[in-house]
Amino acid sequence: MKTTDLVDNQYRRSDLPAFGPGDEVKVHVRVVESGKERIQVFQGNIIAIQGSGIGESYTVRKLSYGVGVERTFPVHSPIVAKLEVLKKGDVRRAKLYYLRDRTGKAAKVREKRDS
Amino acid sequence: MAQKAIVGEKVGMTQVWAEDNRVVPVTVLRVEPARVVQVKTNESDGYAAVQVTYGQKDANKLTKPEAGHFDKAGVAPGKRLVELRLDSVDGFSVGQEIAVDTLAAGELVDVTAVSRGKGFAGGMKRHNFSGQGASHGNHKHHRAPGSIGSCSFPGRVFKGLRMAGHMGHEQVTTLNLEVVQADLERGLLLVKGSVPGPNGGVVIVRNAVKGK
Repeated sequence: MKTTDLVDNQYRRSDLPAFGPGDEVKVHVRVVESGKERIQVFQGNIIAIQGSGIGESYTVRKLSYGVGVERTFPVHSPIVAKLEVLKKGDVRRAKLYYLRDRTGKAAKVREKRDS
Repeated sequence: MAQKAIVGEKVGMTQVWAEDNRVVPVTVLRVEPARVVQVKTNESDGYAAVQVTYGQKDANKLTKPEAGHFDKAGVAPGKRLVELRLDSVDGFSVGQEIAVDTLAAGELVDVTAVSRGKGFAGGMKRHNFSGQGASHGNHKHHRAPGSIGSCSFPGRVFKGLRMAGHMGHEQVTTLNLEVVQADLERGLLLVKGSVPGPNGGVVIVRNAVKGK
């Protein structure tokens, strides 16, 4: 237990599914535009999880019209309305930065199947 | 000088989310209700301050002078005695409790504490000297300060020249930190940004003297 847990626990989210590097996820982001709130979905692969505790964050990478886009979200951020894990990734390392140099089929992450 | 002050202990740093869903870095301070042990006034002591204590201390562990001091005030003994200098001590009386709610969220405060001791530190760490080259034939002088003066005139090193020496473990005040939350129930004060000293160190929080 950390000494700052007194403060951290009220911000900690317990509604998130388990996820790890390589997973394909759908991040439902709350976007406030001209006073109105709507949900924007960011779908891609988790290529890294950084930090620990309340400050932990993950980076999601997707290809948008041939251009790679990465967004980093704090795990416990209230702007994430929902996090869906679509596919579990079968990867051998924690940081998948090598995906940045790859395109097309080579940039695919193998899916982990339970057998 | 400050109008209100409070004493607490540094717990550590973390982050909270503000209303607009932005992350705010905060330092958590544990502020137990402080009990006034002595009120010092201009007439009696030459300056205005309240001497307070907080927490609990076993009465057996007090020295006799301490025990007598607490007895005279009729206040339960606490962890330590801390003096809070104030503009005026009107309205303070012995035995009165000062809690976190004297400060409110959004207020600017100055935080005073004893900084972390760094021991005997060289010029690069202590005064941000540049040091010397890593190569070009340099030998054993990579972190040396360089010249400290001239030759036979003046024939001495000037007083106050910045050199290696003891660093840290001195009183430091950080000005104009914003109060993020003052939680009376749990006795916590959340201050935006960092605060001098190690976790567990004693800090004095006063309302800002320079901020608006």
